[in-house]
Amino acid sequence: MLGLLIRRLALGIVTILLVSVIIFAGVEILPGDACTAFLEREAQGKLLENCRSDLGLNRSATERYFDWASAAIQGDFGVSAGSKKSIATLVGDRLKNTLLLAVCAMAAGIPLALMLGIVSGLWRDKPADLVISTLTIFAMTIPEFVTATLLILVFSVWLGWVPGIVLTSANAPVSEFFPEILLPMTVLALVMIAHILRTVRSSVIETLSSDYAQMATLKGVPYWRMVFRHVLPNALLPTINVIALTIAWLLGGVVVIETVFNYPGLGRMMIDSISDRDLPVTQAIALIISSVYVCVNLLADLLSLVANPRLRTAQLQ
Amino acid sequence: MKTVLRDLLSRPSGAIGLFLVVFHLVLALVSPLIAPHDYRELSALSALQPPGADHWFGNDHLGRDTFSRTLLGGREALLVTGIATPLAVIWGGFLGIFFGLVGGRLDDVLMRVVDAFLSLPWILKMLVLIVTFGTGAGVLIPALAFFYGIPVIRVARAATHDVVARDFVEAARARGHSSMSIIWRELFPNVRDALLVEGAMRWSWMLLAFSSLSFLGFGVSPPTPDWGLMIADARGYMSFAPWGVLAPVIALSSLIIGINLTADALAKALGIDRVQKAPI
Repeated sequence: MLGLLIRRLALGIVTILLVSVIIFAGVEILPGDACTAFLEREAQGKLLENCRSDLGLNRSATERYFDWASAAIQGDFGVSAGSKKSIATLVGDRLKNTLLLAVCAMAAGIPLALMLGIVSGLWRDKPADLVISTLTIFAMTIPEFVTATLLILVFSVWLGWVPGIVLTSANAPVSEFFPEILLPMTVLALVMIAHILRTVRSSVIETLSSDYAQMATLKGVPYWRMVFRHVLPNALLPTINVIALTIAWLLGGVVVIETVFNYPGLGRMMIDSISDRDLPVTQAIALIISSVYVCVNLLADLLSLVANPRLRTAQLQ
Repeated sequence: MKTVLRDLLSRPSGAIGLFLVVFHLVLALVSPLIAPHDYRELSALSALQPPGADHWFGNDHLGRDTFSRTLLGGREALLVTGIATPLAVIWGGFLGIFFGLVGGRLDDVLMRVVDAFLSLPWILKMLVLIVTFGTGAGVLIPALAFFYGIPVIRVARAATHDVVARDFVEAARARGHSSMSIIWRELFPNVRDALLVEGAMRWSWMLLAFSSLSFLGFGVSPPTPDWGLMIADARGYMSFAPWGVLAPVIALSSLIIGINLTADALAKALGIDRVQKAPI
Protein backbone atom coordinates (compact mmCIF):
# COMPACT_ATOMS: atom_id res chain seq x y z
CA MET A 1 0.00 0.00 0.00
CA LEU A 2 2.70 2.47 1.02
CA GLY A 3 4.84 1.44 -1.93
CA LEU A 4 1.91 2.03 -4.24
CA LEU A 5 1.32 5.50 -2.81
CA ILE A 6 4.98 6.41 -3.24
CA ARG A 7 4.96 5.10 -6.80
CA ARG A 8 1.94 7.23 -7.66
CA LEU A 9 3.49 10.28 -6.06
CA ALA A 10 6.71 9.76 -8.03
CA LEU A 11 4.78 9.41 -11.29
CA GLY A 12 2.98 12.67 -10.56
CA ILE A 13 6.25 14.49 -9.94
CA VAL A 14 7.75 13.06 -13.14
CA THR A 15 4.70 14.27 -15.09
CA ILE A 16 4.99 17.80 -13.70
CA LEU A 17 8.71 17.86 -14.54
CA LEU A 18 7.95 16.70 -18.09
CA VAL A 19 5.28 19.39 -18.42
CA SER A 20 7.77 22.03 -17.37
CA VAL A 21 10.22 20.74 -19.99
CA ILE A 22 7.49 20.79 -22.66
CA ILE A 23 6.45 24.32 -21.73
CA PHE A 24 10.02 25.54 -21.76
CA ALA A 25 11.04 23.65 -24.89
CA GLY A 26 7.88 24.79 -26.68
CA VAL A 27 8.90 28.41 -26.29
CA GLU A 28 12.50 27.60 -27.26
CA ILE A 29 11.59 25.67 -30.42
CA LEU A 30 9.12 28.23 -31.72
CA PRO A 31 10.72 30.99 -33.79
CA GLY A 32 11.80 34.07 -31.85
CA ASP A 33 12.14 34.45 -28.07
CA ALA A 34 10.28 36.31 -25.34
CA CYS A 35 11.87 39.61 -26.41
CA THR A 36 11.32 39.43 -30.15
CA ALA A 37 7.80 38.20 -29.48
CA PHE A 38 6.99 41.04 -27.16
CA LEU A 39 8.75 43.90 -28.98
CA GLU A 40 7.63 42.65 -32.42
CA ARG A 41 8.81 45.17 -35.06
CA GLU A 42 10.86 47.24 -32.65
CA ALA A 43 12.94 44.17 -31.85
CA GLN A 44 16.35 45.40 -32.90
CA GLY A 45 19.49 47.09 -31.62
CA LYS A 46 19.62 48.50 -28.10
CA LEU A 47 15.99 47.81 -27.19
CA LEU A 48 16.36 44.10 -27.94
CA GLU A 49 19.72 43.94 -26.11
CA ASN A 50 18.25 45.56 -23.01
CA CYS A 51 15.21 43.31 -23.00
CA ARG A 52 17.34 40.20 -23.40
CA SER A 53 19.64 41.11 -20.56
CA ASP A 54 16.64 42.08 -18.39
CA LEU A 55 15.10 38.64 -18.86
CA GLY A 56 18.50 36.90 -18.86
CA LEU A 57 18.11 35.47 -22.34
CA ASN A 58 21.84 35.65 -23.11
CA ARG A 59 22.63 32.39 -21.36
CA SER A 60 22.31 28.83 -22.67
CA ALA A 61 18.88 27.16 -22.78
CA THR A 62 19.66 24.42 -20.26
CA GLU A 63 21.06 26.94 -17.79
CA ARG A 64 17.94 29.06 -18.13
CA TYR A 65 15.65 26.05 -17.76
CA PHE A 66 17.20 25.04 -14.45
CA ASP A 67 17.10 28.62 -13.18
CA TRP A 68 13.48 28.99 -14.24
CA ALA A 69 12.34 25.63 -12.88
CA SER A 70 14.12 25.94 -9.53
CA ALA A 71 12.78 29.47 -9.02
CA ALA A 72 9.27 28.35 -10.02
CA ILE A 73 9.31 25.64 -7.32
CA GLN A 74 9.85 28.41 -4.78
CA GLY A 75 6.94 30.40 -6.22
CA ASP A 76 9.07 32.88 -8.17
CA PHE A 77 8.11 33.02 -11.84
CA GLY A 78 10.34 35.92 -12.84
CA VAL A 79 9.09 39.20 -14.30
CA SER A 80 6.55 39.93 -17.03
CA ALA A 81 8.04 41.02 -20.37
CA GLY A 82 5.39 43.73 -20.64
CA SER A 83 4.99 45.42 -17.27
CA LYS A 84 8.32 44.23 -15.76
CA LYS A 85 6.32 43.40 -12.61
CA SER A 86 6.77 40.20 -10.64
CA ILE A 87 4.62 37.49 -12.20
CA ALA A 88 3.90 35.90 -8.83
CA THR A 89 2.03 39.01 -7.65
CA LEU A 90 0.27 39.49 -11.00
CA VAL A 91 -0.91 35.88 -10.98
CA GLY A 92 -1.83 35.76 -7.28
CA ASP A 93 -5.09 37.73 -7.46
CA ARG A 94 -6.13 36.09 -10.69
CA LEU A 95 -5.56 32.61 -9.29
CA LYS A 96 -7.66 33.51 -6.24
CA ASN A 97 -10.52 34.70 -8.47
CA THR A 98 -10.43 31.58 -10.66
CA LEU A 99 -10.38 29.37 -7.58
CA LEU A 100 -13.37 31.30 -6.19
CA LEU A 101 -15.27 30.65 -9.41
CA ALA A 102 -14.28 26.99 -9.48
CA VAL A 103 -15.07 26.36 -5.82
CA CYS A 104 -18.51 28.00 -6.11
CA ALA A 105 -19.30 25.94 -9.20
CA MET A 106 -18.16 22.76 -7.48
CA ALA A 107 -20.04 23.47 -4.25
CA ALA A 108 -23.25 23.92 -6.22
CA GLY A 109 -22.57 21.32 -8.91
CA ILE A 110 -21.19 18.21 -7.23
CA PRO A 111 -24.05 17.54 -4.75
CA LEU A 112 -26.63 18.26 -7.44
CA ALA A 113 -24.84 15.98 -9.91
CA LEU A 114 -24.68 13.09 -7.41
CA MET A 115 -28.35 13.48 -6.52
CA LEU A 116 -29.61 13.69 -10.10
CA GLY A 117 -27.30 10.86 -11.17
CA ILE A 118 -28.66 8.56 -8.47
CA VAL A 119 -32.25 9.50 -9.33
CA SER A 120 -31.82 8.80 -13.04
CA GLY A 121 -29.89 5.59 -12.33
CA LEU A 122 -32.52 4.20 -9.93
CA TRP A 123 -35.42 5.18 -12.19
CA ARG A 124 -33.71 4.16 -15.40
CA ASP A 125 -35.74 4.79 -18.58
CA LYS A 126 -38.57 6.32 -16.56
CA PRO A 127 -39.74 9.88 -17.43
CA ALA A 128 -37.45 11.49 -14.82
CA ASP A 129 -34.41 9.72 -16.26
CA LEU A 130 -35.32 10.57 -19.85
CA VAL A 131 -35.64 14.26 -19.00
CA ILE A 132 -32.40 14.32 -17.01
CA SER A 133 -30.45 12.34 -19.61
CA THR A 134 -31.61 14.52 -22.50
CA LEU A 135 -30.71 17.71 -20.65
CA THR A 136 -27.34 16.14 -19.82
CA ILE A 137 -26.52 15.67 -23.49
CA PHE A 138 -27.32 19.31 -24.16
CA ALA A 139 -25.27 20.59 -21.22
CA MET A 140 -22.33 18.37 -22.07
CA THR A 141 -22.03 18.97 -25.79
CA ILE A 142 -23.00 22.57 -26.40
CA PRO A 143 -19.85 24.77 -26.33
CA GLU A 144 -19.43 26.85 -23.16
CA PHE A 145 -19.50 30.13 -25.02
CA VAL A 146 -22.87 29.21 -26.54
CA THR A 147 -24.36 28.26 -23.15
CA ALA A 148 -22.93 31.45 -21.68
CA THR A 149 -24.37 33.61 -24.46
CA LEU A 150 -27.81 32.01 -24.12
CA LEU A 151 -27.82 32.43 -20.33
CA ILE A 152 -26.85 36.09 -20.69
CA LEU A 153 -29.63 36.56 -23.27
CA VAL A 154 -32.28 34.99 -21.05
CA PHE A 155 -31.30 35.98 -17.52
CA SER A 156 -29.71 39.35 -17.95
CA VAL A 157 -31.05 40.79 -21.21
CA TRP A 158 -34.63 39.50 -21.16
CA LEU A 159 -35.33 38.93 -17.48
CA GLY A 160 -32.79 41.37 -16.05
CA TRP A 161 -32.22 39.23 -12.92
CA VAL A 162 -28.43 39.11 -12.84
CA PRO A 163 -25.63 41.14 -14.43
CA GLY A 164 -24.32 39.60 -17.64
CA ILE A 165 -20.80 40.89 -17.33
CA VAL A 166 -18.27 41.15 -14.50
CA LEU A 167 -16.99 44.67 -13.82
CA THR A 168 -15.26 44.01 -10.49
CA SER A 169 -11.50 44.58 -10.62
CA ALA A 170 -9.06 41.70 -10.17
CA ASN A 171 -7.90 42.62 -6.66
CA ALA A 172 -11.35 43.29 -5.18
CA PRO A 173 -12.35 41.30 -2.08
CA VAL A 174 -14.32 38.10 -2.62
CA SER A 175 -17.64 39.56 -1.44
CA GLU A 176 -17.74 42.08 -4.28
CA PHE A 177 -17.94 39.33 -6.90
CA PHE A 178 -21.53 38.53 -5.95
CA PRO A 179 -23.94 38.56 -7.75
CA GLU A 180 -21.82 39.00 -10.88
CA ILE A 181 -20.28 35.57 -10.41
CA LEU A 182 -23.65 33.78 -10.62
CA LEU A 183 -23.85 33.36 -14.40
CA PRO A 184 -20.23 32.26 -15.05
CA MET A 185 -20.57 29.90 -12.11
CA THR A 186 -23.77 28.42 -13.57
CA VAL A 187 -22.14 27.74 -16.94
CA LEU A 188 -19.21 25.98 -15.28
CA ALA A 189 -21.51 24.03 -12.97
CA LEU A 190 -23.77 22.92 -15.84
CA VAL A 191 -20.98 21.19 -17.74
CA MET A 192 -19.58 19.68 -14.56
CA ILE A 193 -22.97 18.36 -13.49
CA ALA A 194 -23.46 16.74 -16.89
CA HIS A 195 -20.16 14.85 -16.82
CA ILE A 196 -20.41 13.66 -13.22
CA LEU A 197 -24.10 12.80 -13.50
CA ARG A 198 -23.51 10.51 -16.47
CA THR A 199 -20.89 8.49 -14.64
CA VAL A 200 -22.98 8.23 -11.49
CA ARG A 201 -25.98 7.07 -13.51
CA SER A 202 -24.17 4.29 -15.35
CA SER A 203 -22.34 3.28 -12.18
CA VAL A 204 -25.62 2.99 -10.25
CA ILE A 205 -27.19 0.95 -13.05
CA GLU A 206 -24.19 -1.38 -13.16
CA THR A 207 -24.15 -1.89 -9.39
CA LEU A 208 -27.91 -2.51 -9.30
CA SER A 209 -27.45 -5.46 -11.64
CA SER A 210 -24.45 -6.85 -9.74
CA ASP A 211 -24.59 -10.25 -8.07
CA TYR A 212 -24.50 -8.90 -4.53
CA ALA A 213 -27.33 -6.42 -5.16
CA GLN A 214 -29.42 -9.23 -6.68
CA MET A 215 -28.51 -11.47 -3.76
CA ALA A 216 -29.65 -8.82 -1.29
CA THR A 217 -32.96 -8.50 -3.12
CA LEU A 218 -33.45 -12.25 -3.15
CA LYS A 219 -32.66 -12.43 0.56
CA GLY A 220 -35.58 -10.06 1.10
CA VAL A 221 -33.63 -6.93 2.03
CA PRO A 222 -36.01 -3.96 1.69
CA TYR A 223 -35.37 -1.96 -1.52
CA TRP A 224 -34.22 1.30 0.07
CA ARG A 225 -32.01 -0.49 2.55
CA MET A 226 -30.43 -2.34 -0.34
CA VAL A 227 -29.92 0.92 -2.24
CA PHE A 228 -28.29 2.74 0.66
CA ARG A 229 -26.28 -0.13 2.14
CA HIS A 230 -25.25 -2.17 -0.89
CA VAL A 231 -25.56 -0.11 -4.04
CA LEU A 232 -24.64 3.52 -3.37
CA PRO A 233 -21.37 3.02 -1.45
CA ASN A 234 -19.99 0.94 -4.32
CA ALA A 235 -21.56 2.98 -7.10
CA LEU A 236 -20.14 6.27 -5.90
CA LEU A 237 -16.50 5.16 -5.70
CA PRO A 238 -15.62 5.57 -9.37
CA THR A 239 -17.04 9.10 -9.34
CA ILE A 240 -13.99 10.30 -7.40
CA ASN A 241 -11.87 10.04 -10.54
CA VAL A 242 -14.49 11.62 -12.76
CA ILE A 243 -14.83 14.55 -10.39
CA ALA A 244 -11.05 15.00 -10.60
CA LEU A 245 -11.09 14.84 -14.40
CA THR A 246 -13.92 17.36 -14.45
CA ILE A 247 -12.06 19.75 -12.18
CA ALA A 248 -9.13 19.43 -14.53
CA TRP A 249 -11.40 20.19 -17.48
CA LEU A 250 -12.77 23.13 -15.56
CA LEU A 251 -9.35 24.77 -15.52
CA GLY A 252 -9.24 24.79 -19.32
CA GLY A 253 -12.94 25.53 -19.84
CA VAL A 254 -12.73 28.43 -17.48
CA VAL A 255 -10.57 30.26 -20.05
CA VAL A 256 -13.45 30.68 -22.50
CA ILE A 257 -15.99 31.41 -19.77
CA GLU A 258 -13.82 34.07 -18.16
CA THR A 259 -13.39 35.77 -21.52
CA VAL A 260 -17.12 35.75 -22.25
CA PHE A 261 -18.01 37.24 -18.88
CA ASN A 262 -14.96 39.49 -18.64
CA TYR A 263 -14.14 37.72 -15.35
CA PRO A 264 -10.72 38.75 -14.02
CA GLY A 265 -9.29 35.26 -13.54
CA LEU A 266 -6.29 33.21 -14.56
CA GLY A 267 -7.84 32.05 -17.83
CA ARG A 268 -8.42 35.53 -19.20
CA MET A 269 -4.96 36.52 -18.10
CA MET A 270 -3.61 33.59 -20.11
CA ILE A 271 -5.42 34.74 -23.27
CA ASP A 272 -4.24 38.31 -22.70
CA SER A 273 -0.66 37.19 -22.16
CA ILE A 274 -0.76 35.13 -25.36
CA SER A 275 -2.23 38.01 -27.38
CA ASP A 276 0.37 40.40 -25.90
CA ARG A 277 3.07 37.77 -26.53
CA ASP A 278 4.18 38.04 -22.93
CA LEU A 279 5.82 34.60 -22.92
CA PRO A 280 7.12 34.53 -19.30
CA VAL A 281 3.55 35.09 -18.05
CA THR A 282 2.16 32.44 -20.42
CA GLN A 283 4.77 29.95 -19.22
CA ALA A 284 3.97 30.63 -15.58
CA ILE A 285 0.21 30.23 -16.05
CA ALA A 286 0.67 27.06 -18.11
CA LEU A 287 2.83 25.57 -15.37
CA ILE A 288 0.34 26.49 -12.63
CA ILE A 289 -2.69 25.11 -14.50
CA SER A 290 -1.01 21.85 -15.44
CA SER A 291 0.38 21.34 -11.93
CA VAL A 292 -3.11 21.77 -10.49
CA TYR A 293 -4.36 19.23 -13.05
CA VAL A 294 -1.72 16.67 -12.11
CA CYS A 295 -2.20 17.23 -8.37
CA VAL A 296 -5.98 16.91 -8.51
CA ASN A 297 -5.74 13.68 -10.49
CA LEU A 298 -3.10 12.35 -8.12
CA LEU A 299 -5.28 13.18 -5.14
CA ALA A 300 -8.23 11.38 -6.74
CA ASP A 301 -6.07 8.32 -7.42
CA LEU A 302 -4.84 8.23 -3.83
CA LEU A 303 -8.35 8.80 -2.44
CA SER A 304 -9.81 5.95 -4.45
CA LEU A 305 -6.93 3.69 -3.37
CA VAL A 306 -7.71 4.49 0.25
CA ALA A 307 -11.48 4.14 -0.19
CA ASN A 308 -11.44 1.01 -2.32
CA PRO A 309 -9.12 -1.75 -1.10
CA ARG A 310 -9.87 -3.86 -4.20
CA LEU A 311 -7.92 -1.41 -6.35
CA ARG A 312 -4.76 -1.96 -4.31
CA THR A 313 -4.39 -5.60 -5.24
CA ALA A 314 -5.42 -4.93 -8.83
CA GLN A 315 -2.69 -2.31 -9.12
CA LEU A 316 0.00 -4.48 -7.62
CA GLN A 317 -0.46 -7.29 -10.09
CA MET B 1 -20.93 -2.80 -41.58
CA LYS B 2 -24.53 -3.05 -42.75
CA THR B 3 -25.71 -4.59 -39.49
CA VAL B 4 -23.96 -1.83 -37.53
CA LEU B 5 -25.72 0.81 -39.62
CA ARG B 6 -29.05 -0.92 -39.11
CA ASP B 7 -28.46 -1.14 -35.36
CA LEU B 8 -27.48 2.53 -35.37
CA LEU B 9 -30.66 3.59 -37.16
CA SER B 10 -32.86 1.45 -34.96
CA ARG B 11 -31.87 3.50 -31.90
CA PRO B 12 -33.67 6.83 -31.63
CA SER B 13 -30.47 8.66 -30.64
CA GLY B 14 -28.58 7.14 -33.57
CA ALA B 15 -31.31 7.96 -36.09
CA ILE B 16 -31.67 11.56 -34.91
CA GLY B 17 -27.92 12.03 -34.61
CA LEU B 18 -27.11 10.59 -38.01
CA PHE B 19 -29.87 12.67 -39.57
CA LEU B 20 -28.43 15.87 -38.08
CA VAL B 21 -24.89 15.03 -39.19
CA VAL B 22 -25.90 14.11 -42.74
CA PHE B 23 -28.15 17.18 -42.91
CA HIS B 24 -25.23 19.46 -41.98
CA LEU B 25 -22.81 17.75 -44.35
CA VAL B 26 -25.22 18.02 -47.29
CA LEU B 27 -25.96 21.62 -46.41
CA ALA B 28 -22.25 22.45 -46.27
CA LEU B 29 -21.86 21.02 -49.78
CA VAL B 30 -24.83 22.73 -51.42
CA SER B 31 -25.09 25.95 -49.40
CA PRO B 32 -23.14 28.12 -51.90
CA LEU B 33 -25.75 27.17 -54.49
CA ILE B 34 -28.83 27.78 -52.39
CA ALA B 35 -27.82 30.79 -50.25
CA PRO B 36 -30.28 33.54 -51.24
CA HIS B 37 -27.86 36.43 -50.66
CA ASP B 38 -24.15 37.13 -51.02
CA TYR B 39 -22.59 36.64 -47.56
CA ARG B 40 -20.39 39.72 -48.09
CA GLU B 41 -23.15 42.03 -49.27
CA LEU B 42 -23.13 45.03 -46.90
CA SER B 43 -25.98 47.45 -46.46
CA ALA B 44 -25.90 50.14 -43.80
CA LEU B 45 -29.60 50.91 -44.23
CA SER B 46 -30.80 47.43 -43.37
CA ALA B 47 -28.39 46.76 -40.51
CA LEU B 48 -29.94 44.74 -37.66
CA GLN B 49 -33.19 44.44 -39.57
CA PRO B 50 -35.59 41.93 -37.94
CA PRO B 51 -36.50 38.70 -39.78
CA GLY B 52 -38.76 39.30 -42.80
CA ALA B 53 -39.79 37.89 -46.14
CA ASP B 54 -36.54 38.76 -47.90
CA HIS B 55 -34.15 38.17 -44.98
CA TRP B 56 -35.53 35.16 -43.14
CA PHE B 57 -33.25 35.44 -40.08
CA GLY B 58 -32.83 39.22 -40.28
CA ASN B 59 -29.57 41.08 -40.85
CA ASP B 60 -26.42 41.48 -38.80
CA HIS B 61 -24.81 44.72 -37.63
CA LEU B 62 -23.33 45.33 -41.09
CA GLY B 63 -26.58 44.60 -42.90
CA ARG B 64 -25.47 41.16 -44.10
CA ASP B 65 -28.09 38.44 -44.48
CA THR B 66 -27.99 36.21 -41.38
CA PHE B 67 -29.77 33.31 -43.09
CA SER B 68 -27.17 33.04 -45.87
CA ARG B 69 -24.33 33.44 -43.41
CA THR B 70 -25.76 30.74 -41.14
CA LEU B 71 -26.10 28.39 -44.11
CA LEU B 72 -22.46 28.94 -45.04
CA GLY B 73 -21.14 29.27 -41.49
CA GLY B 74 -20.27 25.61 -40.97
CA ARG B 75 -18.22 25.04 -44.12
CA GLU B 76 -14.84 26.15 -42.82
CA ALA B 77 -15.34 24.31 -39.51
CA LEU B 78 -16.42 21.09 -41.24
CA LEU B 79 -13.57 21.30 -43.75
CA VAL B 80 -10.86 21.81 -41.11
CA THR B 81 -12.20 19.26 -38.62
CA GLY B 82 -13.15 16.86 -41.41
CA ILE B 83 -9.50 16.64 -42.47
CA ALA B 84 -7.95 16.90 -39.01
CA THR B 85 -10.07 14.16 -37.38
CA PRO B 86 -8.97 11.25 -39.65
CA LEU B 87 -5.37 12.45 -39.44
CA ALA B 88 -5.52 12.50 -35.63
CA VAL B 89 -7.08 9.03 -35.47
CA ILE B 90 -4.53 7.60 -37.92
CA TRP B 91 -1.34 8.81 -36.25
CA GLY B 92 -2.62 8.45 -32.70
CA GLY B 93 -4.09 5.05 -33.47
CA PHE B 94 -0.93 3.75 -35.11
CA LEU B 95 1.33 4.92 -32.30
CA GLY B 96 -1.05 3.56 -29.67
CA ILE B 97 -1.25 0.10 -31.28
CA PHE B 98 2.50 0.02 -31.87
CA PHE B 99 3.42 0.82 -28.27
CA GLY B 100 0.66 -1.43 -26.97
CA LEU B 101 2.31 -4.27 -28.87
CA VAL B 102 5.96 -3.44 -28.17
CA GLY B 103 5.60 -2.22 -24.57
CA GLY B 104 8.72 -1.92 -22.43
CA ARG B 105 10.69 1.08 -21.28
CA LEU B 106 9.94 3.18 -24.36
CA ASP B 107 6.22 2.65 -23.78
CA ASP B 108 6.53 3.90 -20.18
CA VAL B 109 8.31 7.04 -21.33
CA LEU B 110 5.78 7.70 -24.08
CA MET B 111 2.86 7.41 -21.68
CA ARG B 112 4.42 9.97 -19.35
CA VAL B 113 4.83 12.37 -22.28
CA VAL B 114 1.19 11.75 -23.25
CA ASP B 115 0.11 12.48 -19.66
CA ALA B 116 2.16 15.66 -19.65
CA PHE B 117 0.59 16.88 -22.89
CA LEU B 118 -2.90 16.07 -21.65
CA SER B 119 -2.37 18.08 -18.49
CA LEU B 120 -2.03 21.30 -20.50
CA PRO B 121 -5.36 22.94 -21.40
CA TRP B 122 -6.20 22.55 -25.12
CA ILE B 123 -6.76 26.24 -25.59
CA LEU B 124 -3.26 27.10 -24.42
CA LYS B 125 -1.64 24.60 -26.79
CA MET B 126 -3.69 25.85 -29.74
CA LEU B 127 -3.25 29.53 -29.01
CA VAL B 128 0.53 29.36 -28.67
CA LEU B 129 0.76 27.83 -32.15
CA ILE B 130 -1.76 30.26 -33.64
CA VAL B 131 0.00 33.31 -32.23
CA THR B 132 3.33 32.06 -33.58
CA PHE B 133 2.32 30.78 -37.00
CA GLY B 134 -0.88 32.72 -37.65
CA THR B 135 -4.32 31.22 -38.10
CA GLY B 136 -6.11 29.65 -41.08
CA ALA B 137 -6.64 26.09 -42.26
CA GLY B 138 -2.90 25.59 -42.97
CA VAL B 139 -2.08 26.00 -39.27
CA LEU B 140 -5.31 24.75 -37.68
CA ILE B 141 -5.45 21.38 -39.47
CA PRO B 142 -1.97 20.15 -38.44
CA ALA B 143 -2.32 21.69 -34.96
CA LEU B 144 -5.70 20.06 -34.28
CA ALA B 145 -4.56 16.77 -35.82
CA PHE B 146 -1.46 16.73 -33.61
CA PHE B 147 -3.01 17.68 -30.26
CA TYR B 148 -6.19 15.64 -30.68
CA GLY B 149 -4.20 12.58 -31.78
CA ILE B 150 -2.50 12.40 -28.38
CA PRO B 151 -5.54 11.17 -26.41
CA VAL B 152 -6.17 8.68 -29.25
CA ILE B 153 -2.79 7.08 -28.42
CA ARG B 154 -4.13 6.23 -25.00
CA VAL B 155 -7.36 4.73 -26.28
CA ALA B 156 -5.64 2.67 -28.99
CA ARG B 157 -3.03 1.44 -26.52
CA ALA B 158 -5.65 0.36 -23.99
CA ALA B 159 -7.67 -1.42 -26.69
CA THR B 160 -4.51 -3.15 -27.91
CA HIS B 161 -3.64 -4.33 -24.40
CA ASP B 162 -6.99 -6.13 -24.33
CA VAL B 163 -6.10 -8.32 -27.32
CA VAL B 164 -2.31 -8.46 -27.40
CA ALA B 165 -2.10 -11.42 -25.01
CA ARG B 166 -4.60 -13.51 -26.99
CA ASP B 167 -3.66 -16.69 -28.79
CA PHE B 168 -4.01 -15.40 -32.34
CA VAL B 169 -1.38 -12.71 -31.75
CA GLU B 170 0.89 -15.33 -30.22
CA ALA B 171 0.24 -17.58 -33.21
CA ALA B 172 1.10 -14.83 -35.68
CA ARG B 173 4.36 -14.24 -33.80
CA ALA B 174 5.13 -17.95 -33.90
CA ARG B 175 4.49 -18.01 -37.64
CA GLY B 176 7.22 -15.37 -37.89
CA HIS B 177 5.12 -12.39 -38.91
CA SER B 178 6.73 -8.97 -38.55
CA SER B 179 5.43 -6.41 -36.05
CA MET B 180 3.95 -4.37 -38.92
CA SER B 181 2.03 -7.36 -40.23
CA ILE B 182 0.76 -8.20 -36.74
CA ILE B 183 -0.37 -4.61 -36.25
CA TRP B 184 -2.16 -4.46 -39.57
CA ARG B 185 -3.67 -7.94 -39.78
CA GLU B 186 -4.21 -9.01 -36.18
CA LEU B 187 -4.45 -5.94 -33.98
CA PHE B 188 -6.00 -3.24 -36.16
CA PRO B 189 -9.21 -5.18 -36.95
CA ASN B 190 -9.75 -5.61 -33.21
CA VAL B 191 -9.03 -2.00 -32.29
CA ARG B 192 -10.92 -0.48 -35.24
CA ASP B 193 -14.27 -0.19 -33.47
CA ALA B 194 -12.78 1.63 -30.49
CA LEU B 195 -10.95 3.99 -32.86
CA LEU B 196 -14.15 4.68 -34.80
CA VAL B 197 -16.03 5.73 -31.68
CA GLU B 198 -13.04 7.72 -30.42
CA GLY B 199 -12.80 9.44 -33.80
CA ALA B 200 -16.44 10.53 -33.61
CA MET B 201 -15.85 11.97 -30.15
CA ARG B 202 -12.64 13.73 -31.24
CA TRP B 203 -14.54 15.24 -34.15
CA SER B 204 -17.05 16.79 -31.80
CA TRP B 205 -14.31 18.15 -29.48
CA MET B 206 -12.46 19.56 -32.47
CA LEU B 207 -15.56 21.39 -33.65
CA LEU B 208 -15.95 22.75 -30.15
CA ALA B 209 -12.33 23.90 -30.16
CA PHE B 210 -12.60 25.40 -33.64
CA SER B 211 -15.75 27.37 -32.91
CA SER B 212 -14.42 28.52 -29.53
CA LEU B 213 -11.26 29.79 -31.21
CA SER B 214 -13.33 31.61 -33.82
CA PHE B 215 -15.49 33.06 -31.08
CA LEU B 216 -12.40 34.38 -29.29
CA GLY B 217 -11.11 35.89 -32.53
CA PHE B 218 -8.30 33.39 -33.14
CA GLY B 219 -9.95 31.20 -35.76
CA VAL B 220 -11.66 32.15 -38.99
CA SER B 221 -10.90 35.67 -40.19
CA PRO B 222 -13.69 37.94 -41.44
CA PRO B 223 -15.56 38.23 -43.76
CA THR B 224 -15.67 34.41 -44.00
CA PRO B 225 -18.91 33.38 -42.30
CA ASP B 226 -18.43 31.14 -39.27
CA TRP B 227 -20.85 30.32 -36.48
CA GLY B 228 -18.40 31.05 -33.65
CA LEU B 229 -17.46 34.39 -35.16
CA MET B 230 -21.10 35.24 -35.92
CA ILE B 231 -22.07 34.62 -32.28
CA ALA B 232 -19.19 36.81 -31.11
CA ASP B 233 -20.22 39.62 -33.49
CA ALA B 234 -23.93 39.45 -32.71
CA ARG B 235 -23.45 39.30 -28.93
CA GLY B 236 -23.12 43.07 -28.66
CA TYR B 237 -26.52 43.62 -30.28
CA MET B 238 -28.23 40.80 -28.43
CA SER B 239 -30.72 43.01 -26.56
CA PHE B 240 -32.46 44.31 -29.68
CA ALA B 241 -31.44 41.76 -32.35
CA PRO B 242 -31.41 38.34 -30.63
CA TRP B 243 -31.98 36.49 -33.95
CA GLY B 244 -28.39 37.23 -34.93
CA VAL B 245 -27.22 35.12 -31.98
CA LEU B 246 -29.92 32.46 -32.05
CA ALA B 247 -29.47 31.37 -35.68
CA PRO B 248 -25.77 30.39 -35.44
CA VAL B 249 -26.30 29.03 -31.90
CA ILE B 250 -28.95 26.61 -33.13
CA ALA B 251 -26.89 25.61 -36.18
CA LEU B 252 -23.71 24.93 -34.20
CA SER B 253 -25.48 23.18 -31.33
CA SER B 254 -27.49 20.90 -33.62
CA LEU B 255 -24.34 19.76 -35.41
CA ILE B 256 -22.39 19.03 -32.22
CA ILE B 257 -25.37 17.32 -30.56
CA GLY B 258 -25.87 15.28 -33.74
CA ILE B 259 -22.27 14.06 -33.67
CA ASN B 260 -22.50 13.18 -29.99
CA LEU B 261 -25.76 11.29 -30.37
CA THR B 262 -24.26 9.35 -33.29
CA ALA B 263 -21.11 8.58 -31.30
CA ASP B 264 -23.19 7.36 -28.35
CA ALA B 265 -25.35 5.13 -30.53
CA LEU B 266 -22.29 3.90 -32.43
CA ALA B 267 -20.58 2.95 -29.17
CA LYS B 268 -23.66 0.99 -28.09
CA ALA B 269 -24.02 -0.66 -31.50
CA LEU B 270 -20.37 -1.75 -31.47
CA GLY B 271 -20.47 -2.75 -27.81
CA ILE B 272 -17.86 -0.28 -26.58
CA ASP B 273 -18.21 1.57 -23.31
CA ARG B 274 -16.50 4.89 -23.37
CA VAL B 275 -14.75 6.14 -20.28
CA GLN B 276 -12.80 9.21 -21.28
CA LYS B 277 -15.23 12.04 -21.89
CA ALA B 278 -13.32 15.15 -20.82
CA PRO B 279 -12.58 17.47 -23.74
CA ILE B 280 -8.81 17.41 -23.60
